[in-house]
Amino acid sequence: MVKLKTPQELENLRASLQKQLKYSAKTISICYGSSCKASGAEEVITAIKNELEKNNLETNLERIIKETGCHGFCEQGPLVLIKPQNIFYCRVKPEDASRIVKKSIIKNEIIADLLFQDPQNENIFTTEEEIPFYKKQTRLLMQHNSDIDPRRLEDYLAQGGYSALNKVLTQNTPEEILEKVKSSGLRGRGGAGFPTGQKWESCRQAESEIKYLICNADEGDPGCFQDASLVEGNPHQVLEGMILGAYAVGITTGYIYIRYEYPVAVRNFREAIEQARDYGLLGENILDSGFSFDVQVKRGGGAFVCGESSALIASLEGRPGEPRDKYVRNTKKGLWGKPTLLNNVKTLASVPLIVEKGSDWFRQFGTSSSPGTMIFSLTGKIKHTGLVEIPMGISMHSLIWDIGGGIRNDKPLKAVQTGGPSGGCIPAANIDLPLDYEHLSNAGSMLGSGGMIVMDENTCMVDVARYFLSFTQQESCGKCVPCREGGKHLLHTLNKITRGEGQITDLTLIREISEAMQKGALCNLGRQAPNPVLTTLHYFENEYHRHIMDQKCPAGVCRHLISFYISTEDCTGCGKCMDVCPEEAIRGEKREPHHILQGECNRCGICQEVCPENAISKG
Amino acid sequence: MSQHTINSKEQIEQITLKIITSYRHLSEEEMDWIALLQDIQDQFRYLPPDGLKLCARELNVPLSQLYSIATFYTCFSLAPRGKTEIQVCMGTACHIRGAEPILDKILQQLALNPGETSPDLEYSLETVNCVGACARGPLVIINSNYYGNLTMGQVENLLSKTRDINGEGKNG
Repeated sequence: MVKLKTPQELENLRASLQKQLKYSAKTISICYGSSCKASGAEEVITAIKNELEKNNLETNLERIIKETGCHGFCEQGPLVLIKPQNIFYCRVKPEDASRIVKKSIIKNEIIADLLFQDPQNENIFTTEEEIPFYKKQTRLLMQHNSDIDPRRLEDYLAQGGYSALNKVLTQNTPEEILEKVKSSGLRGRGGAGFPTGQKWESCRQAESEIKYLICNADEGDPGCFQDASLVEGNPHQVLEGMILGAYAVGITTGYIYIRYEYPVAVRNFREAIEQARDYGLLGENILDSGFSFDVQVKRGGGAFVCGESSALIASLEGRPGEPRDKYVRNTKKGLWGKPTLLNNVKTLASVPLIVEKGSDWFRQFGTSSSPGTMIFSLTGKIKHTGLVEIPMGISMHSLIWDIGGGIRNDKPLKAVQTGGPSGGCIPAANIDLPLDYEHLSNAGSMLGSGGMIVMDENTCMVDVARYFLSFTQQESCGKCVPCREGGKHLLHTLNKITRGEGQITDLTLIREISEAMQKGALCNLGRQAPNPVLTTLHYFENEYHRHIMDQKCPAGVCRHLISFYISTEDCTGCGKCMDVCPEEAIRGEKREPHHILQGECNRCGICQEVCPENAISKG
Repeated sequence: MSQHTINSKEQIEQITLKIITSYRHLSEEEMDWIALLQDIQDQFRYLPPDGLKLCARELNVPLSQLYSIATFYTCFSLAPRGKTEIQVCMGTACHIRGAEPILDKILQQLALNPGETSPDLEYSLETVNCVGACARGPLVIINSNYYGNLTMGQVENLLSKTRDINGEGKNG
């Protein structure tokens, strides 16, 4: 690797890489995101590598196979794309490797049974672009995830990477970049939605010789993995955004704080930093511009509260991640008491695009108050679980049905939870709500970092509230009383209700504690922890009443409030339920209808799962 | 990550000292205590008290300060971890799809609570908040292998398979 000394050398290298790409044969792009990994992507990769070797294609191995970051359509994983045509193979198994290499690589054939078939209308799609899940998205940040081997800087260069940095260093002053980001209207994608340009300007104006830049990749919301997909899948785009931010604000030292649970992200970003240094894109005197900036990776310690800016800074300073009250903004006094610019992964990843293509280009996506795109983790009871990038302002309905394919098993939608543990539940009646900062927060929820959990009639809203509370209570750092004690009592009260021991006065108590937490907690973890409870109580009060007054859980989730029954008409007496029951609570003669001893039953539901006749119901 | 062995005090101190050496040159501001402890944890899969004490002595920092970090962050364990690490994902998507009954079943089968290690150091059980594999929930990770779309019925098989691999070969 040769250190690039001038902007021209970078462009020359890019031109030769692009030429190589143009003339190279096919490549196999295999998704190595966490969902595909969980579905067996690793075995598929090994099998394909072996197959390439068997067919004497191993000399080209580097070029033919690409282990990439998340492609987004997690539901259908492991995903394999044949490029350049973008032939989309899904649910690939190791035994398919031989066919893929022999038919799709050596010959030009398409393997019909590996293509995606829409379960709704049985349509079969050949390429990625044709599939409704992808077709209806606007992928700006995730655009190149399947083209880039995240461990090769050259791949990013070939896709146009670092050209924004290159132009800036030769043609623009830091003020011009700042102005561009300001006029783009980009807002913080970590959830708060603070105007990015304004934050940058405030940090730029702060008087200090030393300033720091921090990229917040401590993505802790359960059910969210979009930041991971960028840091793992396209680390150089995030890094380029950091360098541009540092140039605009006048910063020489940067950190990226990556969640402990993302080892692949840590590895890929560390490698990205080293490669960028080797190429001269990071470090002293970048591309002979006189501008110097370097970045270090810091691993988080597995504490959700460290996603909060002041807690993250405390953690970076090597202390327990306890937040402080923010009388003074981080942009004035942050890490080690110096002005600090802290941005989310998606915010920084948007910057190279804005700088390269201009703020007007960016503003054509999204709404006037929330320009650009947002990546959502679409999960829960949805047909197409995955990462979805859409322009801000699209309706929730469109996201769930047009892209997400609708609700699993075609059940009715009950609610959508957005914003993670700090967000709220929005009922099915409000499904036409546009997805942007203002509309979600007016509905009592928030955009947050882009979690979107879809719930059907089998989801109990009281249980959901209890789940989030138990999460935030566990993750409370314990520094301030409203969060530490309030959370505990809120959870205790919800536990009581889900056990059927609640009283109607508990609902007043819940509202009172929530108000105290909202007003009195030190940081947003405590202030927003009551949101899931308050929104479910607001939109689904009747469900709380059923738990309290009738000791019933209408969704059939709260274990203390349900019973399992065997239908004497449908039971064939096969005995399967009896075999699996851990409490030996099922009685009955062979080939005679069985019954459950309610006193012995621990309501685990395993009998219902194994019954071949669907003869077991709960209520 | 090191093999599963119980190290003697001398071994622990020797390995820890090596790690400490790579941090000695850092200034007070540059010093990253969390990274230091993570490096030690990576070696032993827990933070041995002898290692922590040595850090405090060698780097001239109160032991209580290291202890406050070690107990605040969930990535650290002050007790040795089991040979087989079982992580149950309790992320929202997994929760909605029934992670709780799965966890209950595992608790019952292993007779362990989350965060505990079996006395014979065979198993450690913990819950994690989302590993980003939401399409496969409910999900359990056993020694970095993912087992997704789990049903209650599969849990027993999975655990007995794990036991067999561990050479115990007994059920229940």
